[in-house]
Amino acid sequence: MPNWTPVSYTYDGSFAGFLTCVFEAYLHREEPACFFAPEDSQVSLWPERPVVTHQAHAQRVYRSLSLRISPDAQALLRCGFLTCLEDRELHLWHFLRLGYAVGGRVMGMLTDSRVDAVRRAVLHLEHEAHQYKGFLRFSDQEGVLIAEIDPKNRVLPLLRPHFCTRFSAERFLIYDRTHREALFYQPRQWAILPLEDVQLSAPDETERRFRALWRRFYQTIAIEDRYNPKCRMTHMPKRYWSAMTEFRADTPPNTLP
Amino acid sequence: MELLDKLTILTDAAKYDAACTSSGLDRNGRPGGLGSTMAAGCCHTFSADGRCVTLLKVLMTNRCIYDCQYCVNRRSNDVPRTAFTPQELAELTIGFYRRNYIEGLFLSSAVWGSPDHTTERMIEALRLLREEHHFWGYIHAKAIPGADPLLTRRLGELADRLSVNIELPSEQSLRRLAPDKSKASILAPMAQIRDSIQVSRQELAKYRHAPRFAPAGQSTQMIIGATPEDDRHILLLTQGLYDQYGLKRVFFSAYMPVSDSRLLPARQGFKPPLLREHRLYQADWLLRYYHFRAEELLDEAHPNFNPLVDPKCSWALNHPDFFPVDINRADYEALLRVPGVGVRSARRILTARRCGPLNFEGLKRLGVVLKRAQYFITCSGAFLEGLRVSPDGVLRHLVAQERPLLAQGAPQQLSLFEAGA
Repeated sequence: MPNWTPVSYTYDGSFAGFLTCVFEAYLHREEPACFFAPEDSQVSLWPERPVVTHQAHAQRVYRSLSLRISPDAQALLRCGFLTCLEDRELHLWHFLRLGYAVGGRVMGMLTDSRVDAVRRAVLHLEHEAHQYKGFLRFSDQEGVLIAEIDPKNRVLPLLRPHFCTRFSAERFLIYDRTHREALFYQPRQWAILPLEDVQLSAPDETERRFRALWRRFYQTIAIEDRYNPKCRMTHMPKRYWSAMTEFRADTPPNTLP
Repeated sequence: MELLDKLTILTDAAKYDAACTSSGLDRNGRPGGLGSTMAAGCCHTFSADGRCVTLLKVLMTNRCIYDCQYCVNRRSNDVPRTAFTPQELAELTIGFYRRNYIEGLFLSSAVWGSPDHTTERMIEALRLLREEHHFWGYIHAKAIPGADPLLTRRLGELADRLSVNIELPSEQSLRRLAPDKSKASILAPMAQIRDSIQVSRQELAKYRHAPRFAPAGQSTQMIIGATPEDDRHILLLTQGLYDQYGLKRVFFSAYMPVSDSRLLPARQGFKPPLLREHRLYQADWLLRYYHFRAEELLDEAHPNFNPLVDPKCSWALNHPDFFPVDINRADYEALLRVPGVGVRSARRILTARRCGPLNFEGLKRLGVVLKRAQYFITCSGAFLEGLRVSPDGVLRHLVAQERPLLAQGAPQQLSLFEAGA
């Protein structure tokens, strides 16, 4: 950017915090050279500016996204913040600069490297969320359904509408082990909150029975003459397997304390 | 009999049914109920043969009065027989669904007693699910040819998708291998389902709460390789089914040697025609998404697909006058004909070129497979730099790209996310 001083931004790691950074950058005419969340402890070559999250400023930037760029761009940016793209804030910042410069047209500039990077990352996020809609497995623990996942991206906000309408009468919890947060749901109420750990108790009789039935179904449905492990792995990468009922064996009940 | 054993027997008997999709219908959950559906469908796992598992695919019973030679459940086959009670099946479905193992139920059945009796039991299982358990997940049910039209009607009101298996690609084969079935008896329920779907759509436009009949449409499947029909015959039949019966999908199932009947290929040394099945699915995709017609892909002189290259490449190589296509000028239909350009990348090309001319670098970003497409496209009038094209060379290169896939012996199943390529 012409004559904008490069500065490294330190913020609290929230989406509102990032939007406040954008506000500050335009206010001080600074070019963010890197963004640091509290958990990063790098030292930067550029002068540092700590940014305190300011809800009103963040709101202003957020509204401007749909007014000055487009509602689609606003949605893309919101999803972009959930991705595991390296230096995602910087990529989003470049996308945003371009968006403010050219307006809604930015969503059609698919061959631009700045747009492409964000769009690709969001596709990855959406694809992962779609896969988890299928590959996630609940266990019934005294009437509450509990699932654990290890996603690369923060998929919980994308999984929420799907599981909340599908299991609207149930109570459930989906725990994201990578990002240490959980989606809690009970009828007409949900929340995504940070959570350190989930302790699962031993499965009861009914749970064991359904797991065994499912494993049997899974083993029986395959046609031996068409055995094709590579095809299975393409569609269902092995990183999902560890949490899936069909690939886990239950310890027999008598060995449990 | 234990439920576990029943499940084993009735899954084993159902596994040769190819269809396991849960697509075609978006329905949100209802308050107090269980379940929803997504238009794109959702795979819940993949079995060891690489096929998607989305529905609990079982038979109501494998007790059968028919003796179709190609079928594991034929009455002359000596296998254990059993049946689910509607209650067992409903509880199993709910138990699996709550744990997110499945997207819904795919209920098929052998014909036990009579088509009417079989359909009545299926209806009872579905009624339990829908009305007692308030289950709103996906249900795919097989309509039984020969059942009373009123029963089929009731089945369609409970299920999301109905299907009738056309079984074999021609009437002669049907007469030879499935003496209890006829073309007319299979096509009659298909026509009834088509008409009911149409009426239901019209009523829904007038009254919001009109009963919905098979809202996710109907599909069918046929067995490939058990009988002598060629690819052209099968593809023309498929196209006819899409045109005349408004089917959502036609599934092909490579014949598995499950019988020693002298009317069928010998079991010893028989290799299921998986590559042929793969090529037919590729061609089926071309019919449904790429505006191709069966007559364009195969003709009298070439009644079978080239095993070495996919049908789209094959068409492109036989129509050099159509190419090169200029990426910056061609319309959507022309873009779709280029090998290496799929539905998604063609749409992206349309969007992206509004913002400025595209070059080869940009095409890569849009997801175009340049390895294939380079021989058939120009960007603003110019071929890719350094590209030398001779008709022989193109074929050689395209075949070389497919070789890793062919080497596996068993080609991959088409998936939702690779459909564009």
